[in-house]
Amino acid sequence: MKRWLSTFAVGGVIAYRGLFNWIRPAMYIPTMLGSPLFQLIFFTKLGQYAQAETRSFYVVGNSVQVCAMASVYGMTMAVANERWFGTLGPLLASPASRSAVFLGRGVPVMANGIFVSAFTFGAGALFLGFRPPLHSVPALAAIVLVTVVSCTCFGLLLGSIGLRAKDFFFVANLAYFLMLLFCGVNIPLSVLPGWMSAISRCLPLTHGIMAARRVAAGGSLASVSGLVWTEIGVAAAYAAGAYLLFRVLERESRRSAMLDTY
Amino acid sequence: MNLKMVGTSGFFIVTSTIQPVIFATIAFYMFRAGGQPGTLLYAALGAGMMGVWSTTLFASGGMIQWQRWQGTLELSVGSPPPMALVYFPFSLANACIGTYALAATLVWGRVFFGVPLRLAHPWLFALALPATVISLGLMGLVLASSFILYRYANAMSNLLEYPVWVASGLIFSTSILPGWTRPISWCLPPYWGVLAIRHAALGGEVWRPVGMVAALGVACLVVSTATFRIFETRARARATLSLT
Repeated sequence: MKRWLSTFAVGGVIAYRGLFNWIRPAMYIPTMLGSPLFQLIFFTKLGQYAQAETRSFYVVGNSVQVCAMASVYGMTMAVANERWFGTLGPLLASPASRSAVFLGRGVPVMANGIFVSAFTFGAGALFLGFRPPLHSVPALAAIVLVTVVSCTCFGLLLGSIGLRAKDFFFVANLAYFLMLLFCGVNIPLSVLPGWMSAISRCLPLTHGIMAARRVAAGGSLASVSGLVWTEIGVAAAYAAGAYLLFRVLERESRRSAMLDTY
Repeated sequence: MNLKMVGTSGFFIVTSTIQPVIFATIAFYMFRAGGQPGTLLYAALGAGMMGVWSTTLFASGGMIQWQRWQGTLELSVGSPPPMALVYFPFSLANACIGTYALAATLVWGRVFFGVPLRLAHPWLFALALPATVISLGLMGLVLASSFILYRYANAMSNLLEYPVWVASGLIFSTSILPGWTRPISWCLPPYWGVLAIRHAALGGEVWRPVGMVAALGVACLVVSTATFRIFETRARARATLSLT
């Protein structure tokens, strides 16, 4: 158990420092703080022009969604960069528990996701006059935490695909932008066609964003518990899928000697 | 060569075709939610121009960074022609790939949302589009020159995507932005470019925005010629040309 925890904690932090491409301030600030800030302003202004929803609709939607930037890209890098940097072979040859190795990578990614989301909420309050009731802030924080976990599990699944895919950033980029469209970030699900809203209910973010909007409007955490539990269920499903996919692709890569090939 | 490289990159396929279509769809549904279906062609043109800008921006940052990674930046700098001349065709190719975005959003809008493609001034549209693309290519050249000094050029690309969409009013009018942003908009070729394209498609004065696009394009060429020379000399003096 001690070894598992050590691999989980120490391995996770070292892997994050070594594999997350955007960790230096010169990369981190423009990419992880600047881009979400301007994304928030862009969609809020577009919503204002389209006269579609209230300002807080866009502030909450985008502030929760930007955690996916940390989670999706961060987790993809944490797994797929092992292959890119040529360290995947030694890692998989080690006897370390796969669950400790890859779950440990999720913790710094989640911490980053929460920070990016909190920063964007702060920017919404500062620049766009977003003022949720003070008593709803802890509930909002809890919902962001759950949503970050589910996005990280989704990122783990995408990272597993990166074990074999030639261009893993293609997959991560596509997933990030499709989440903007499908997850009700800027469009109410009722406006989307039935097939799109059906897909959106199977994705991370969707239920978290709906819960966050209701809480920001003054609702209690208990009143959105169904949505929060659904988001947790989505997270568990993606975590299980990612683990399974990773083990299958790992075995296949070993069998076909494709581990480090592009 | 650059056209071939960018045209076959998975990242640029997402940036120049899939991403604009996703943004166009978001904009269509947002306008529809706001009960403004008459603005769908406006949204398609705007999302397409967003794609032109994104492709120009990422490819301009990328062309310097990729040359660094491939170890060919010094060879380009050491060749006899001025750097602005070496990189101008690269930048133009990037902007041309960006026109895929406009084509993609217009076809997408027509097929899936029934957006009418009747252009108010088709001949002026045919003039405004290449003028805008060339001007954006020249703006990309200014950015590329500054990326010679900056080791994290791709981070700057990530940062500059949304602000130019906002300040240029590519998909919404700049009249909803604070007054102090107006002079910034006037200095940006995409602002005048989208006005020219929008007026040519939907009706309105085209010649003035086209003239402004052309003038700003020439200004970008002059500025980039100077900045390439200054930044190249500085990077060589500091020995930072090939640092990644």
